[in-house]
Amino acid sequence: MSTRLATGGRFTDRGKQIGFTFNGRRFTGFEGDTLASALLAGDQLLVGRSFKYHRPRGIVASGAEEPNALVGLGQGARFEPDQRATTTELFDGLVAESQNHWPSLAFDVGEINAKLARFLPAGFYYKTFLWPRSFWKYVYEPVIRQSAGLGKAPHPEVRDADRYEHFHAHTDVLIVGGGVAGLQAARNAAHAGVQVLLMEQAAHWGGRAPVDGGTIEELAPEAWVAQTVAELEAMDNVRLRLRCMGAGVYDHGYALGYERVTDHRPGAQGPRHRLWRIRAKQIVSATGAIERPLSFAGNDVPGVMLASAVRDYVVNYGVAPGDRTVVVTNNDDAYRTAILLKQSGLDVPAILDARPMGGGALMQEARDLGIRVEPARGISKVLGGARVTGVAICDQAGGGSMLEEIACDAVAMSGGWSPVVHLWSHCGGKLTWDADGAFFRPDPSRAPTGADGKPFVIAAGSANGHLGLQEALACADGAGKAAIEAMGCGFEESPVPKAESTAEAPLLPVWLMPQGARADLRMKAFLDYQNDVKVSDVQLAAREGYESVEHAKRYTTLGMATDQGKLSNINGLAILSDALGAPIPQTGTTTSRPPYTPISFGAIAGEARDAVFQPLRRTPMQDWHEANNAAWEIVGQWRRPYCYPRPGESRHAAVNREISATRESLGLLDASTLGKILVKGPDAGRFLDMMYTNMMSTLPVGKCRYGLMCNENGFLMDDGVVVRLSEDSWLCHTTSGGADHVHAHMEDWLQCEWWDWKVYTANLTEQYAQIAVVGPNARKLLEKLGGMDVSKEAMPFMTWADGRLADTPVRVYRISFSGELSYEIAVPANRGRAFWGKLLEAGAEWNITPYGTEALHVMRAEKGFIMIGDESDGTVIPQDLGLHWAISKKKEDFLGKRAQQRPDMARDGRWQLVGLETLDGSVLPDGAYAIAAGKNANGQRNTQGRVTSTYFSPTLNKGIAMGLVEHGPDRMGEVLSFTAETQDETRDELTTVEAKIVSPVFFDPKGEKQDV
Amino acid sequence: MSDVMAPMAGARSEGLISIEALPPQGQISLRCEVSDDYRAKLGELLGLGIPEPLSAVEEGDRALLWMAHDELLLLLPYDAVPEMLARLNTTFEGWFIAITDVSDARAQFRLSGPHLRDVLSKVTPADISPDAFTPGMVRRSRLAQVAAGYWLRSASEAQVFVFRSVADYAFQVLSLAAGPGGEVHHHTREAISEQDASSHV
Repeated sequence: MSTRLATGGRFTDRGKQIGFTFNGRRFTGFEGDTLASALLAGDQLLVGRSFKYHRPRGIVASGAEEPNALVGLGQGARFEPDQRATTTELFDGLVAESQNHWPSLAFDVGEINAKLARFLPAGFYYKTFLWPRSFWKYVYEPVIRQSAGLGKAPHPEVRDADRYEHFHAHTDVLIVGGGVAGLQAARNAAHAGVQVLLMEQAAHWGGRAPVDGGTIEELAPEAWVAQTVAELEAMDNVRLRLRCMGAGVYDHGYALGYERVTDHRPGAQGPRHRLWRIRAKQIVSATGAIERPLSFAGNDVPGVMLASAVRDYVVNYGVAPGDRTVVVTNNDDAYRTAILLKQSGLDVPAILDARPMGGGALMQEARDLGIRVEPARGISKVLGGARVTGVAICDQAGGGSMLEEIACDAVAMSGGWSPVVHLWSHCGGKLTWDADGAFFRPDPSRAPTGADGKPFVIAAGSANGHLGLQEALACADGAGKAAIEAMGCGFEESPVPKAESTAEAPLLPVWLMPQGARADLRMKAFLDYQNDVKVSDVQLAAREGYESVEHAKRYTTLGMATDQGKLSNINGLAILSDALGAPIPQTGTTTSRPPYTPISFGAIAGEARDAVFQPLRRTPMQDWHEANNAAWEIVGQWRRPYCYPRPGESRHAAVNREISATRESLGLLDASTLGKILVKGPDAGRFLDMMYTNMMSTLPVGKCRYGLMCNENGFLMDDGVVVRLSEDSWLCHTTSGGADHVHAHMEDWLQCEWWDWKVYTANLTEQYAQIAVVGPNARKLLEKLGGMDVSKEAMPFMTWADGRLADTPVRVYRISFSGELSYEIAVPANRGRAFWGKLLEAGAEWNITPYGTEALHVMRAEKGFIMIGDESDGTVIPQDLGLHWAISKKKEDFLGKRAQQRPDMARDGRWQLVGLETLDGSVLPDGAYAIAAGKNANGQRNTQGRVTSTYFSPTLNKGIAMGLVEHGPDRMGEVLSFTAETQDETRDELTTVEAKIVSPVFFDPKGEKQDV
Repeated sequence: MSDVMAPMAGARSEGLISIEALPPQGQISLRCEVSDDYRAKLGELLGLGIPEPLSAVEEGDRALLWMAHDELLLLLPYDAVPEMLARLNTTFEGWFIAITDVSDARAQFRLSGPHLRDVLSKVTPADISPDAFTPGMVRRSRLAQVAAGYWLRSASEAQVFVFRSVADYAFQVLSLAAGPGGEVHHHTREAISEQDASSHV
C-alpha cells in the first residue's frame, strides 16, 4: 500500500495537519503536500477513470505532465474541473471529486467499454457508427456523450467568485524554469547588469536536482539552490516569481506567464490568477525534462508510476507509493529510485533492466544494497485491476512469455527522458533527433527568430538535452552568457559551477516491452493515458495508411488530451515510425502549441467581466437618462435611451407619446454621441471633396450641408451634416457608431496616400454635449432662454451660429432629422448636464418631452431619411437610395467614384429605395423579402426586394416601411407580397403580407414644417 | 450644482493606490510641425519650453505635454482657456496649425501611492519600469480596453487622462487593479520581503 513514511518530506511541515475530502471521504495531509501526495499518503491509488474505456487510473507523475489525476476541485462558485492533483497545493478544507466515473469511482458501469475495446479502435469515431445512419443521432451519440469527456462544466448559473488580472512586464531576459539550470542562467545574466525575470511554475526553487542528488560547488544541490536564490534576491535587477508558469512564447519576444496567486489559499484577498504579458529581449527556456513511461501491458494500472515521481514523493513529501516496488527501466537513472527506496527501508523485489548488459555504477550500487537486478528482462504484463498486485516478467527480446511472477504493489518505470521543448517550439524553433539520448532536442541552428531575424529563445540545461548535472549547469551557464551577448552586452568571464554526480551508462531505446509483444499485450500497452490510445491503435493507424505523424495523431487522438501528450508523444511516434519502417527523425514529431498546460479562462479575461466587461461610454447626460427610467439601445459602446417609459407605460406607448409630443409641440434629444470631426488646413476643402460624394469645398462659411461618405469600393459608409466653420476649417458630423471609424479612415488616407496635403483632423466628439431641440415650439424655447437671435431671418435652415443661450456658450445648428423645426445645440460637455436641465425647466410650459432613438428613427422614416446600417449594409451605393442629388457630377474624383462606374454598380435593375405601405395598415416584418415568381438554381424562391426599415407611425396611424425593390421607383402603386413574420411550417406555401410601393416620404413631402 | 461638471469629478478610491478624479482642467490641443519657427513662437507666447518627445514641461499651473511628433497638449486652468485660445489664434493667424479646445473631451485622474507602477502595469502594455518611465515623462497607450495618456508627475504620482465618455470605466478598472491583495511587488522590490511567507526555497 502507499503510505506516509515515518520521516522525510522536504516540502511538508508535519506540525501542520490539513483536512480535506476526496469523493466525500475525509483525508488528512500536511502543509506543503500536493493533493496527489496527500492522496497517496492515504493509500488512495485510484483517482479517476479513463476517457474511453473507463479503466481505473492512478497517479503516474508528480508534476505538470500528470495525465490521470485530474479532479473536480472546489464547490459552487469555486468549482473547477480538470485540476491536476499533482500541481494542486493542499489547503485546509479542500474538496475534490474524481471525474468520469458513474455511478462511483470504485464501481463504474462504463468499464464495460473496456470489454468492448476491440470495437473501439483507432478512428472509431469515423468508422464504427456510420450505419445505420439514423442510429448516430438517436443511439450512438447520446451514449457516447454520456460516457465520454473528462470533467463536468460548472453550473451555467454559477459565477466565478474570484478576481483575475493581467500584468504587463518588460524585461531584458526572461528565464522560464527555476531549477538549477534556470538559476545558473539567471545568475550569469544578472551579473551582467541587465533586467532579469525568472519564473518557476512550482512553489519551490531548484527543480529536480535536490531529489536526484550529486553536488554543486561541493554543496548538496538544495544548499546550492538556497544560496543562489539568496544571491539573486539581493540583486536589484532580478525579479523572481514562484507559482508562475511560462505558458507560451510568441512573436517578437512576447511571452505569457500564468501565475497562480491564491490557488493555494482560496478566498484570500487578491486575484486568483495573474496573466503575465511579457516583452523580453531574450528568453531562456530552462524547463527541464520529463520522464517517459515504458509501453508494456497494464502500464496504466494504479500503482504503476514514473520512477522519478516515486522518488519525488519519497523525498519531497515523505510518501512511499508502495511497500514493494519493482523498478523497470532502460537506463541508469531509475536505479536511483531503487536505491532510495531501499535506503528508506522499503522493499525492492527486483530491478528489470531491458538492456542486455545492464547499467553502470548505479547498478553496482543497487546490487551492493542487495537488490536483485535482472538485465535483459522486462514486464510481460502487470497483474491486478484497481491496483498493482504483481508483475509477470519476461525476456525483453521475446514475445512476452512469462518467466516468473513477482508480487509487488507498485511499479516504478523509466523509458528515458524527453527535454521539455515546448517553449522552444511555440514560436517556430525546430527540433533534432538525439540518437544517444533517444529524444528530440532543440536544434540551435533553427531557433525561433525575432523581427531582426536573429534567435530570441535559448534552451538551457536538460530542456536542451543535457541531462547530467554538470552538463546541464554548463549548458545553462552558456545560455545565460549567450543571452547577454545577443543583446550586445558584455559579461565577465566566470567559471562554470563544478558539479559531481554518478556517471551513467548509455540507455537503450525501448519503445515496446517486450520488443515483440503479442497482440493481446499490445492491446493493453497504453501510450496516451488520458485518451486511451494503445500501441495497437497507432499500429492500426499505420496499417490503414496514416503515414504523417500529424494525421496519425488526429486519427488516433494520441496527444490530443489536456496533457497534450507530454508523456505519450515520443513513445507514440516511435511506435508509428517502427510500423512505417521509417526512422524516427524522418517520421518527425508534432508541434507544441501554447499554453504549456491549460490556463484558466479567468486569467485570459483578466479584469474584463461584469461592469467592466467592455467600456460603456457615457454622455454628459447619462445620469439623467438613468434616473428617468430610460430603456436602452446599444450603439457601438454607447448606450443611448431608446425611449423613456413612464410607470405602467409600455415601450411602444412611450415611443408613440414621444413622437406625438415632438410633432405637436416640443421634443428633446441627447445627440452627444454623434461624431464630430474637425478638419482643418489649407488643403481641407480638397480633402473633403475626396472624402464625400458631394462638393464640400464650395460650402459657404456659416452653412451646413448633408454629406455622404463612400469607401473606395463605392459602397455607402457613413453620412452626416458637414459644417463650414471658417475659411480653412470644417466640422464633419458622423453617425454615432461611425465616429472612430470615420476618423481612422480620414487619417489613413492622410497618412498613407496624401501625406503631403496640409490637413489636420481632430476627433472632437467628446468635447461637446449636443442636444436637439425639436418641434413647432423649438424657437420659442430658445427665445425664452435668450442670448442670441434664432429667428428664421437670422438663422435660416441649414445654417449655424455661435452665441450664448441661458448664459451658456453654444453653437447652434439649424438642421433637422425629423422634418420639424429643429435646432441642434452644441455646448462644452462639462456644461451639458446643466444646459439639459435648463432646457427641461424652461420647456415645461410646452410639455417638453425627451425622446429616445426609436422616436428619432420613426420620425426620420416618416420623412424618408435613410439610416446608415438600416438602408445601407455595406453592399448599397448612394444611387440605390435615390441620393443622386448628393453625388457631385462636377468633381473629377472622390472615394468611390470609379467603383460606382463598374458595370454591376451602374446596371439597370439594382434594388432601389421606395416606401412601402401594407394594404391593411399593419407593420411589415423587418428584413422581410418581397417574393417573385419561380425558383432559382438552388431551388429557393426568387425575390425582388426587401424591407430595410419598418415602423408604426403614430403620426399617420399606420405601418410605414422603406425597402429596396428591383426597379422600385418605376413601380409606384404596385402591390408586392412580403414574407410574413411567422410561417406555418406544415405548409409549403409562404404566408405573405401585401404592401404597396409608395414614395418613401410619408410626411410633409414639401418640407414646410422644418422651414419655418 | 455648478454648471461646469467634469466627468466623475470628486470620485475617489483608496486601495493599493489613491485614485482621484480631478476637477475641470483646461486642455488645448495643438497640432503643428514642431519646427524651429513654431517652437520660437509657441515658447514666446506660453513662456514654456517645448517638451522633448515622450516628456512634459511644467511651470506653475501650466504644462505642455508631448503627444506625438506633430501634437502637443497645453494644460492650463479651465477658466483661462478662452483667452488663451484667442491669443493662440491671433499669434498663429495664417499658419498651418490646428488649435482645438479639448478641455471637456478628456477626464483627468490623479493616481498616487507606492504601488503606482505595479497598478499601472496591470492596465497598460507600456513599459512602466523605473528605467523606462521616469518622472516628467508622458506616454500615450491603453488603459485596459480604452485609450489613455500617462504623465508621471513623480516617482509615486501620475496624472492619467482618458476620453470623458469612458471616465467611469477607467475609474472602475483602476480601482479593481488597486484592489486589496493585488500587490505584485514587481517594480517596488523593497516590499518583496513581505511577500507570501509560505513560499519555500
